[in-house]
Amino acid sequence: MRKEVNMKALQIRNLKKSFRSNFLLKTYQILKDIDINVEEGEIYGFLGPNGAGKTTTIKCILRLIYPDNGEIEIFGTPHSQLASRKKVGYLPEHPYFYDYLTGKELLLFTGRLFSISPKESASRADELLRLVGLENKKDLKLRKYSKGMIQRIGLAQSLINDPDLVILDEPFSGLDPIGRKELRDIILSLKGAGKTIFFSSHILQDMELIVDKVGIIQEGRITREGKLSELISHSVQSYETLFSGLDEAILKEHKIQFQLRDRNFLVVSPGKEEANSLIQLITANKGNIISVSPIKMTLEDIFLKELK
Amino acid sequence: MNLKAIALNTFKEAVRNKVFYLLIVVGILFALSSQIMSMLTIGDKVRVLKDFGLAAINFFCVLIAIFTGINLVFKEIDKKTIYNILSKPISRSNFILGKFFGLALTLLVALVSMGVIFYIFLLISTGSFDIRIAVYFLMLYFELLVITAISVLFSSFSTPILSSIFTIGLYFIGHIVWTFNEFKHVLQDKAFEKIVAYSIYYILPNLEKLNIKNIIVLNTPLDWTLLMNSVLYAVCYISAVLILAILIFNKKDFQ
Repeated sequence: MRKEVNMKALQIRNLKKSFRSNFLLKTYQILKDIDINVEEGEIYGFLGPNGAGKTTTIKCILRLIYPDNGEIEIFGTPHSQLASRKKVGYLPEHPYFYDYLTGKELLLFTGRLFSISPKESASRADELLRLVGLENKKDLKLRKYSKGMIQRIGLAQSLINDPDLVILDEPFSGLDPIGRKELRDIILSLKGAGKTIFFSSHILQDMELIVDKVGIIQEGRITREGKLSELISHSVQSYETLFSGLDEAILKEHKIQFQLRDRNFLVVSPGKEEANSLIQLITANKGNIISVSPIKMTLEDIFLKELK
Repeated sequence: MNLKAIALNTFKEAVRNKVFYLLIVVGILFALSSQIMSMLTIGDKVRVLKDFGLAAINFFCVLIAIFTGINLVFKEIDKKTIYNILSKPISRSNFILGKFFGLALTLLVALVSMGVIFYIFLLISTGSFDIRIAVYFLMLYFELLVITAISVLFSSFSTPILSSIFTIGLYFIGHIVWTFNEFKHVLQDKAFEKIVAYSIYYILPNLEKLNIKNIIVLNTPLDWTLLMNSVLYAVCYISAVLILAILIFNKKDFQ
């Protein structure tokens, strides 16, 4: 049914939110205009510097914070309806759980919040404890968990209801490289199971490896949103051509700037046409082309460019 | 369903806290120490036994109600555990009610533990079984529920220190607020003062309505109609306070 009408997993339109400072003296607009479109089954990376409004946006989606303006729909259901959260899993940034509970008790309790039967919760909890590698620590109280273990149990509780949309706020923070790799694998396996994942991060490397779509938020506005493949393929910045066997004078005559690398020339052409005419010039003068490399923008370059 | 989950979890939190057991044990010890007080008394020893014992149980139950209650919601916000709860399909009203009923269950367990031991102790000391004391405990339980509702209300918007000041203040005022109703005799022609006195009388909790210690201790007969009215008053007051707490909580942003 959903697929027939091409329903979005998450749609945010014109979201605005401001907070009052103490004593009602001044208003700070945190979210100025947020539009986000997350399609079903994709991994959406929500990127932005600290204080840009990532967590506030996520809290608005889950109605921990009430928006001033705008519409938020989760699988077509307005977020103001409790039912919209039935199929959502959420891992908060720096998650805090009841530390007097054991890992397994937390999962069972979370299951009850979703009105899942105790039997189903128990079997799901065991499965998730295995998934996050905590089956040996399931009877340990959470106050004895390390930061990384809390992050893992947090991920497990966010999946207890077999959610269709998983919202993860800075899930990579506090994880060591192995933990990050494991989390990436879990996210990819969730996508493989048809789930939609929306996560915020400032760790670009992790994001670049797994996301389908990126939304960049800056000072409370979405400044760029698009498929990662499109953002990156449209962003070939320049072409580097490495060649030899040409007289320096020819390059100077055509006013081509070059660098010397060992005995080879390196020329950076700003566009495709310039690169083509350079290649023609080299072949016409019987030079040897060693390599032509398109220099693409990384997600980091795109991100930094947006910030400027 | 999820209200029950919140309530049971609140209960679990309380019973996993060692301070809870400490307060019950100290409460029982104080109640039992009434034996010493009665030995030092000339006259009606049973009366002193009951008077001091019931006062000790009352004091420690009120202590549990206030100091657990004021942290109930504030701690969830302060420790950020609330993000994980309210992001699930659970309404804010169910969260508040779940917290209230969880503490109500905790207090029931505390009161029953102290009460049963005190009953056994009385049976051994006096050789008689006074069923009226159970009525006292029932009325005390309703008083505790009023205090819990008030502390939940304060806990939903202020810090534990302020909440404890407000709740303790209201607890003491609650036991003397009936005097404002007596002002009608004194303030016959002063309309404004009368309105103020009546407002205070009707807005603040009249906890003395639920205090039947003197009736029990002095062996005066119980007025069942009055008791039913008092219970009804407590239920209405608790409902009103919880509705107010929910209204405040519903407006909150959790930044």
